[in-house]
Amino acid sequence: MTMSTKQVTNMEQLLEGIWKQNPVFVMVLGMCPTLAVTVSAFNALGMGVATSFVLVFSCGLISLLRKQIPKEVRIATYIVIIATFVTLVDYIIQAVSLALYDALGAFIQLIVVNCIILGRAEAHAAKNPPLPAMVNALGMGIGFTIGLLALGSVREILGAGKLFGITLFGEHFQPWVVMVLPPGGFFVLGGWLLLFAWWARRKNAGPRSPHPNPLPEGEGANVPLRGTSDKRGHHGA
Amino acid sequence: MEHESLGQIFIITLLSSNFVLAMFLGLCPFLGVSGKLETAVPMGIATSFVILVASLCGYGLNLLLTHFNLEFLRLISYIVVIASTVQLVEMVMKKFSPALFRALGIYLPLITTNCAVLGVALFQTARGYDLGQSVAFSLGGGAGFTLALVLMAGVRERLKLSDVPGVMQGTALSLMLAGLLSLAFMGFAGVGVSR
Amino acid sequence: MSDEKKPVKMVVMQPAVTGSGRMIATLGSVTALCGVLIVAVWQWTLPAIAANKKLVLERGVRALVPDAERVTEYDATVGGITPAKGDPVAGAVRFYAAYDGAGKLQAIAAEGAARGYADVVRVLYGYRPECECIFGIKVVQMKETPGIGDKIITDAAFVANFDNLDVALAPDMKSLFNALKTVKHGSKKFGWEIDAITGATITSKAVGRGINDSVQMLLPRLRPHLEKLEKQEKGEEGREKGQNLGAALHSPFPLHPSPFSSQGASS
Repeated sequence: MTMSTKQVTNMEQLLEGIWKQNPVFVMVLGMCPTLAVTVSAFNALGMGVATSFVLVFSCGLISLLRKQIPKEVRIATYIVIIATFVTLVDYIIQAVSLALYDALGAFIQLIVVNCIILGRAEAHAAKNPPLPAMVNALGMGIGFTIGLLALGSVREILGAGKLFGITLFGEHFQPWVVMVLPPGGFFVLGGWLLLFAWWARRKNAGPRSPHPNPLPEGEGANVPLRGTSDKRGHHGA
Repeated sequence: MEHESLGQIFIITLLSSNFVLAMFLGLCPFLGVSGKLETAVPMGIATSFVILVASLCGYGLNLLLTHFNLEFLRLISYIVVIASTVQLVEMVMKKFSPALFRALGIYLPLITTNCAVLGVALFQTARGYDLGQSVAFSLGGGAGFTLALVLMAGVRERLKLSDVPGVMQGTALSLMLAGLLSLAFMGFAGVGVSR
Repeated sequence: MSDEKKPVKMVVMQPAVTGSGRMIATLGSVTALCGVLIVAVWQWTLPAIAANKKLVLERGVRALVPDAERVTEYDATVGGITPAKGDPVAGAVRFYAAYDGAGKLQAIAAEGAARGYADVVRVLYGYRPECECIFGIKVVQMKETPGIGDKIITDAAFVANFDNLDVALAPDMKSLFNALKTVKHGSKKFGWEIDAITGATITSKAVGRGINDSVQMLLPRLRPHLEKLEKQEKGEEGREKGQNLGAALHSPFPLHPSPFSSQGASS
């Protein structure tokens, strides 16, 4: 319906999740896995790929069935479908790498309650044919993975002096241990958000900037400006 | 695994492995509803209640699934049963105790998709807790969630009166605060561990 | 690209009111579809997961007993010793018997776990019946503070505690003659004491406690049946598992192209 007023190409669909509505940095969704598993870049990558898999396939299936699902029971159906794909991912990760499985622990199964997936199912897959729905979901998945990697690599570099398990510095490097402990997760994500807020502010304040707010209307669009407009605005679950 | 007493489990889950600040469960409501003390307290209580319900459901369901060797259906049945039970509780509460419903009911639908609720069921299964230990774990988890929420709300109420640089306002500041709280809670590590 | 215009029509077709029969039918069929998907993937990944677990276990045991050729899993219950099947039953202690190429029992390995500073510390320890001692440990899982708690892996003096740790049974064969005890750094006097790491006492004690609890459970059940273990491992079970392991080493996933193959899976 609203989609048809504005022709959206697949490329734009893909880029939307990666940049304009990045689930980690712009929408600040799905934070539990974001902070819990990003003690190393490898774990972050594993979690990102697993979440993307669930996102793409559950959105595809939901979009295929969108005409059959009565709207009264749609949320229940979505949850069942998402839980199914999470179970599949759980078994596939165990088959591929037990080390990764042990590192991610219960957070693989907690992908079910990641707000990003249910949000995409409800807001996009339920209204669009399978191909655009899957492309959009893939974009979100890639965006989420990039966000996790940004967190995971910073935490691993600072907290352990390594990246993907490869030692970066000499033996005199004193690791900043708190970064791989729980507080480090909060600090690093806070730091990234600060960086983006500062960047958006600079861009907006620039004299030659064509629009005051270059981001389109949407849930995430007001985040960088939130400080001035809405003091306690947060996205709930 | 050594046998841990119920008190130990409660204290450890409340403080050193606090659901929000150490295990990162239930962050969305933690950052979303911690603006004011008056909403933080009922939200915490409602969540604790749902966590307890989820823990009991999860325990019963796990017994059933293990008995029939259907462990591969664990996740899907946990989420479905927990979500429906919360709905049922909501309906019952609405009918028999409207006052309680007005106080807590508005938070209930929000809570169903809280990681802490499914998390409590998954963690207790993974750790092989028995019924008593599961209850202690869920009570500790709920109390820990409430504690973190109330502390955060207190800090944020104070912050409203102070002059914070523009870029810092919003989620970034909340996360930094949560980091400091988490750092403080790390001081509890080792409390409740048997010597 | 081509199906971009479709969404315009379908939204209008949404029925206004849905009967409960249709809701139940939809939910039922979606659930059935999901059930089929889960079971199919479960069956398909089961052999690979079993081989993976076996691989990790053998790697752990081989780190303790380098000349172990074959590793067989057993459960020790109050009644006796049974070959392990699936997940351990409540109350049973899972242990691993390591054999050399000639089929002679080299050592026994088992796991101890206790809560440390941050989370549970799980340690695999090796037990040698001849000397009634623990001859080595390997930390399987821990989330202790890097640089402090992880000294249980890196601190050579601490690891040396477990080179020859006395776990002889009391004459009544019901418990250890001397329970393992973690003592303050530098005050170790006896063969059954563990010298803690300065600054990481809680983690050191967790290691000691975990091993002590496991040994106290395992040895009284194991000792009376030790001869049974010495002689075994001529059967074909171990050989078959060994082959499975070889296949797993070359290509961990997928092991078997046929989705419903059940070879090597312990049901």
